[in-house]
Amino acid sequence: MLSLSAHNLDLYNFKVNEDPFIIKLYEDKRLPLPIKKKSGYIANSDEIPEGYSLYCAFDKRHSLEIARRTKRVVHLDREYEYLSAGDIIRLDPTKKTLRVLFRASSLSNSFLVTERCDNFCLMCSQPPRDISDDWIVEEITNTIPLIDKSTRAIGFTGGEPTLLGDRFLRILEMCKQYLPDTAVHILSNGRRFADSNFTRAYAAINHPDMIVGIPVYSDVAHIHDYIVQANNAFDETIRGILNLKKYRQPVEIRVVVHRQTYARLPRLAEFILRNLAFVDHVALMGLELTGFTKANMDTLWIDPMTYREELTEATKYLDRAGGPVSIYNHQLCVIDKVVWPYARKSISDWKNEYLPVCSKCTKIEECGGFFSSQLAKPSNYISPL
Amino acid sequence: MTKFKDLAYYTSFLIGGYKLFPFNFLPLDNGQYIATNLVGEHLILQRDQLDALVKHKLDSTSTLYNDLKAKHFLYDSASTVAVDLLTLKQRTKLSSLSDFTGLHMFVVSLRCEHSCSYCQVSRANDDASRSEYDMSQAVAEKACKLAFRSPSPHIKIEFQGGEPLLNFERIVHVVEEAERLNVTEHRNLQFVIATNLALITKQHLEFCKAHDVLISTSLDGPEWLHNQNRPRPGGNSYQKTIEGIQLSRTFLGPDRVGALMTTTQACLNYPVQIIDEYIAQGFREIFLRPISPYGFALKTKSFKSYGHQEWLQFYFKGLEYIVQINLDGYRFVEQYAATILTKMLSPYATSYIDLMSPAGIGIGGVLYNYDGKVYASDEGRMLAEMNDDTFLLGNVLTDSYEEIFTSEALLEPLKASYTKSVPMCADCAFEPYCGADPVYHHATQGDYVGNKSSSGFCQRNMSIFKHLVQWMESDSKVKEVLSSWIRH
Repeated sequence: MLSLSAHNLDLYNFKVNEDPFIIKLYEDKRLPLPIKKKSGYIANSDEIPEGYSLYCAFDKRHSLEIARRTKRVVHLDREYEYLSAGDIIRLDPTKKTLRVLFRASSLSNSFLVTERCDNFCLMCSQPPRDISDDWIVEEITNTIPLIDKSTRAIGFTGGEPTLLGDRFLRILEMCKQYLPDTAVHILSNGRRFADSNFTRAYAAINHPDMIVGIPVYSDVAHIHDYIVQANNAFDETIRGILNLKKYRQPVEIRVVVHRQTYARLPRLAEFILRNLAFVDHVALMGLELTGFTKANMDTLWIDPMTYREELTEATKYLDRAGGPVSIYNHQLCVIDKVVWPYARKSISDWKNEYLPVCSKCTKIEECGGFFSSQLAKPSNYISPL
Repeated sequence: MTKFKDLAYYTSFLIGGYKLFPFNFLPLDNGQYIATNLVGEHLILQRDQLDALVKHKLDSTSTLYNDLKAKHFLYDSASTVAVDLLTLKQRTKLSSLSDFTGLHMFVVSLRCEHSCSYCQVSRANDDASRSEYDMSQAVAEKACKLAFRSPSPHIKIEFQGGEPLLNFERIVHVVEEAERLNVTEHRNLQFVIATNLALITKQHLEFCKAHDVLISTSLDGPEWLHNQNRPRPGGNSYQKTIEGIQLSRTFLGPDRVGALMTTTQACLNYPVQIIDEYIAQGFREIFLRPISPYGFALKTKSFKSYGHQEWLQFYFKGLEYIVQINLDGYRFVEQYAATILTKMLSPYATSYIDLMSPAGIGIGGVLYNYDGKVYASDEGRMLAEMNDDTFLLGNVLTDSYEEIFTSEALLEPLKASYTKSVPMCADCAFEPYCGADPVYHHATQGDYVGNKSSSGFCQRNMSIFKHLVQWMESDSKVKEVLSSWIRH
C-alpha cells in the first residue's frame, strides 16, 4: 500500500507559522524561472538547480546539503521516492505534514469532496463525518489548475459529493475548463439527482466525458434502504438515475456483493435489464474490508466462492442487456472461468496487493488481486492457477 | 453496533399492507400459474401463492413478496418509484408507435418464373403481362414520396414480387430516387430485395453492393423438398437459389443475405432436414413460418391441407433440435421464438408486424402494389388478389398521404383489434407477448377481432408461449440458450 500522507516531517529554512500550500513537483532542471518559483523540485540527483520554491529529498545528507544553500527543503522517507514530475502535494509547514493530492503516473487519482453523506451504508469504506468541507473545496479548486492537461482520468468521491450542490458543480465546470480531455468519474449515491433542477444544472456543464457511478444494492426498495440505512433512498436513487438518463448523462451502476446482497444478485441483474437497460456500465464489486465493514463483518462478509453461481448468472444476464458489465475486486481463482472476460483490474494502484501464494499463479498478470484491506480475510479458496 | 438498524426495522415501515398493480394470470399445464404484469414481466406461481397474493395475505418478509414487488406486481408504503418505472417500460414497449411506418414494400412486378403452389399472388412471366403487372415510373415516384412522408427515422424499402428482379430497372429507379430524397431527409435508409435469386446477375449485385442493398431469398429445405415446393422451368430452383446465395455473399458479405422458408404440408415431417440445410448453407438463423391463410394458398387448399396442431408439432420438433444445437455449442437462432423471447425477457420493443398491438398493419409496414394501390400489409394485397379489398387504403396516383393513412380501412381494424381491449385478449396473461392480427382474423372469421377460442392465430401462439415458459422453467440450460436469443 502506498503512503499518501506523511507526518513529523523534517523541514528546513521555513518561516515560523508558514501557511499550508499546494505545489506541483518537477524533475526538470531548466524550467523558466517564473515556473520554478512556484514549483517544487524532486531532488534525486546531486545536481541541484537554482530557483525552485521547494526541494524534496530522500537522503538525509542530500537534504542537509540542499538546506545549507538556504533553500526550503522537505526531507522524505524512501517510501515517497515514487513521487515524480507532475505530482501535486499539499505541505503544512506548521503541522509538519504532507499529503499527496495527485500522482501523474496513476490512473486512479481521486478527490474526496466532502465527508458528509445522507446514506449510512453498512459497508461504507469512508465512514461519513458531519464536518465542514469548505477547506476541501478550496484545496480542490486550487489543485485542478495545476493538473497536467494530458491526464487521462480523475475521480470525485466522498461522502456524497452532490451534497455540496452548486459548489460541486463549480468543481466539475473547472474540470471542463482546465482539463477538457480528462475523463471525470463521480461516485455518488444518486439521490440528489432526483431533483430535476440539480440534474439539469449538472447536464448543462456539458462535460464531454463525465460519468456518475451510482450504487443500487437490491431490486427490492426496502432492502436497498436497509443496506444504505436510509428510508426512501431507493426511490430517490432510481429517480436520480432516470433523471440523469433523461438529460443524456452517462451513468454507471455499482453493486457491492456481500452477505446481504448476493442471494438476490441475479434478480437485481434482471431488474436492471428490465428497468435500467439504458445505463452505460454495470460494475459488480467485491467487498472492501475497511471502514464500517469492519464493524459489520458478521452481517456482511461471505466467501466469494459461496456466491460464484449468483455472480455468473448476474453477469451473463447483464451482458445480455447489451451494456458493458464488469466484475471488480474479485480474484480470478474464486470466480467462474466463463466470467473471466468481465473481470477488471479495478483496485486503485495505491491499495492493490496480492497474497504471497499468488506469486506461484500463472494468471497473476490478468488478476485484479486484493484490496490491501482484503488481505486480512481473503477467500478460503485462493489458490494459484 | 447500535448505530445500524436491522432489516426488520426497514420491513416494519411496510405498514397498511400492499396494493396490486394490474396483472393477468393463466394456468399452465402442470397446475402452476403464469402471472404477467403490464409490461410482460412474468412469475410462475403456485395456486396457493396466487390466492394469497390477490387476497392481500402475502407475508412481507417472504422471498415471493420481494419478487412480486421488484417485478412490479404489487407496491407498498416503502416505495412509489415502481409507477415511474412501469410508465417508462410501457413507453419503451410502445416506442415504435411514434415512429410510425418504417417498412415500405414495393411490388415492382407481379410476374414470376416460378410457379409455387403456395404462392398467393404471382403471374406468369410473359411479355403480354409485362405492361400489365409491372410497376410504372409514375407509381414508383409517388410511392417514394409517400414513404418519406412517414415520420420514422428508419425507412426500409423492401422490393417484392412476383420476382422483383424481372423489373430491375424499377428497383434501380426507386433506390436512386429514395437516395436523392434522403439527401435532405437524413433517414436511416435501408433496401432489401426479396428474390428467389434464380435471375440474379453480377450486374445486379454490383448495384446492390454500391447501394448497400440486402438480399432476402426463399429456401424451403433440402434440394428435393425445395424443388417440390418451388417448381420452375427446368426444375432447378434449389440449384439456382444456392448459386445465387453464394454469388450474393461474395459481393455483399455473409451477413447481407438472408433466407426465409415456408412450411407446406410436404415440409411437416422434415424440420431437422430443413434446419440442417440452413446450417449447411452457412445461415445462423431460421424462421420457421406457418403458411398464411390467404390468396392462392387458400384457393389451392395448401392452407387447409394441415391444421395448426400439425404445424405446432413441426415447430416444436424443429425448436427442440435447434436448442440442442445451441447446447452443443453452435449458436443458431429460431427467429419466431427470438421475437417472442425478446418480448418476454427484455424491455425492448420488437418490430415483427404480426406480433404487435396496436396491429402492425399500415403503421408498422405498408405495401405499394404494382398498380399504385396501397395495402395495409402484404397479406392485405393477397386478400385483394381474391377480390377482397378490405385492406385497400387508397391509390398513390389519386390519394394524398393523409387520405391513405387516416382512411377508415386502416383506422377501423387498428381500433377494433387492439389487444388490451379485445375480449379474451384483455384478460390473457400472454397479451404482452402477443399481437393483433386483424387481417388474419378477417380472412378466417370475417371479423377484425374474431373469436379467440376458435382462432388458429390464438391457439398457435398460446401454445408457443406456454411451451417456451414451461420449458425455460423446467430447464435452466434451455433457459440460458433461449435467453441468449433476445434482440436489442
